[in-house]
Amino acid sequence: MKMVNPIRTLFTSTALLLCVSAATPAFAMDITGAGATFPYPIYSKWADAYRTKTGIGLNYQSIGSGAGIKQIEAKTVDFGASDMPLTTDVLEKNGLQQFPTVMGGEVLAVNVKGIKKGEMKLNGQLIADIYLGKIKKWNDPAIVKLNPGLKLPATGITVIHRSDGSGTTFIFTNYLCKVSPEWKTKVGNDVSVAWPAGVGGKGNAGVASYVQQVPGSIGYVEYAYALNNNIPYTLLYNHDGKLVKPTNQTFQAAAAGADWKSEPGFRVILTDEPGANSWPITGATFILMHKVQDHPERALEVLKFFAWDYANGGKMAEKLVYVPFPAGVVKTIQDSWSTIKSKDGAPVWKGSPAAK
Amino acid sequence: MANASEVLTEGSIVVPRTSSTPPRRYSLADELFKNITRFFAFLVLFLMAAIIVSLFIGALPAIKKFGPGFIGTATWNPVTNVFGGLVPIIGTLLTSAIALLIAVPVSFGIAMFLTEMCPASLKRPLGTTIELLAGIPSIIYGMWGLFVFAPIFSQHAEPWIDSHLGGLPLIGPFFSGPPIGIGVLTAGLILSIMVIPFIAAVMRDVFEVVPPMLKESAYGLGATTWEVVRNIVLPYARVGVVGGIMLGLGRAIGETMAVTFVIGNSHSLHASLLMPGNSIASTLANEFTEAVGKTYTSALIELGLFLFIITFIVLALAKLLLIRLSKMEGKRS
Repeated sequence: MKMVNPIRTLFTSTALLLCVSAATPAFAMDITGAGATFPYPIYSKWADAYRTKTGIGLNYQSIGSGAGIKQIEAKTVDFGASDMPLTTDVLEKNGLQQFPTVMGGEVLAVNVKGIKKGEMKLNGQLIADIYLGKIKKWNDPAIVKLNPGLKLPATGITVIHRSDGSGTTFIFTNYLCKVSPEWKTKVGNDVSVAWPAGVGGKGNAGVASYVQQVPGSIGYVEYAYALNNNIPYTLLYNHDGKLVKPTNQTFQAAAAGADWKSEPGFRVILTDEPGANSWPITGATFILMHKVQDHPERALEVLKFFAWDYANGGKMAEKLVYVPFPAGVVKTIQDSWSTIKSKDGAPVWKGSPAAK
Repeated sequence: MANASEVLTEGSIVVPRTSSTPPRRYSLADELFKNITRFFAFLVLFLMAAIIVSLFIGALPAIKKFGPGFIGTATWNPVTNVFGGLVPIIGTLLTSAIALLIAVPVSFGIAMFLTEMCPASLKRPLGTTIELLAGIPSIIYGMWGLFVFAPIFSQHAEPWIDSHLGGLPLIGPFFSGPPIGIGVLTAGLILSIMVIPFIAAVMRDVFEVVPPMLKESAYGLGATTWEVVRNIVLPYARVGVVGGIMLGLGRAIGETMAVTFVIGNSHSLHASLLMPGNSIASTLANEFTEAVGKTYTSALIELGLFLFIITFIVLALAKLLLIRLSKMEGKRS
């Protein structure tokens, strides 16, 4: 169950937060986190299941990746969450460490008369040209060429993008930079960019509702939003030139080929990954923690929470159309936790939960 | 009122009570009360100054980097860290102007109808409805704007505007564009609907306190309803009318949620009112939480400073207008 419109989003998030905080006994240690909105539904789900199991609650505020980074730098929370992996320099400067939790895919949702789910095919170059404002009509020869047999109307294209800074935008513009040199020089890759064209909606939900409202529009949203709102999405040609459908398998295929071990800070961005089956716009969401912990006992609870999620949370994640990490990657992630230490230099995490 | 002033002029009973030396047992409490009220009065001033100072300090990196060019630059690029406030500042002024352009005449009509022409049985229900409308949270107007108004507007009104007004000389460029239903004009229209209850309610209240004797004398001389409103009610109530308009303008300038829903949140500069734009308040709402980096954050704070300055200028102008009006009155009589 995810949000259908902004009102319900607001309502469910408030309700969930209230549940999490109200139902927890006052004496139990609650861990706190703040940041990205993209993984908020799955973190709440995990937190709920984990609390039933252990009595330890999670107070997660989905205030946005940028705000999450600020909060963890100010040490007001036990962990920060960001959809955009920080660079090694920034991590070093702030004494932070990051690791990914789940992955997700983004799709292009379209509102074109007569076009149903999965009927339209696009490639990276076309998407970049549409977002650059170079392709203005749906019956542009370049779109027609990729979609023989599809009846495309002569309506104008309205580009929808995010108005707030967002990891979703980071992943999307990262993809456009890889597939279009022009995008790379003219616009670039960041959590928010100077959009050459279009209308901005706030949040995934905002973009989804704009796409539904505006005829002839196209917008990038996290897959679950297109799925749950029943907005038609397009198929994409990937790095290998193969046509792929957005599914858990194609998202996972994109992650499988990535080299997680050799990237410091797991700074792997899963866009335009090679592989016949890889969905081209895929990304992971990250957790940020301080390397030197003032409260090692709280840090341990955070790590135990995520260890439990890696081990038991896969099914829950898949239900919400997130993609869990394969076991091999999880082991690499958990090995990296050894660098999170208390003030006297003892590692906080001592192997698997059983050994605690 | 009349009775009270008579008592005062007669004097003998009132004078001992207002004497400047109260009985000693009250003096401590009086002193305390005076100081407490003074403290809170100064606290407001202090808070105001603190807000300006902290906005200024927060905006300093951006002010240093972009200088006065910030107002005239339309670029808003978080990737290259180049920011200019032209689009949001224009958006704020333009949407508020559209809102007032529509809301003032409509509110005037509502207030005039309610006070001069409305049958007594309708007066109360209509008046209460307007007060209720003023209490609806802005997000409701925003959602109504996006889900109900924008589709209707884009399908029925905007194609007409584009084809009939878009081709005209001079004003044409302001009214041509794709019919997407979301943009500066839509935001202005939604804002006008939001501020109408405020302005209308204040106008009705001030029209109602016009002494019936004045109005009836004018009617007795054979004046029409319009002449009475134009020459008796409006001059008598003008301070309140200007105050009501300023209240509406204040709400329009600072409105965040409803505008964010329908303005399109785009930092590109268009001549057309049908195209998406941005306002200061919605830029802040959209981008503040995710603004990473000192320059970006401080550019946003500088926008906030400009919002503050705009509000200040608007209020100052309203005050000046009122002073001017009362001076003119002095000359006439």
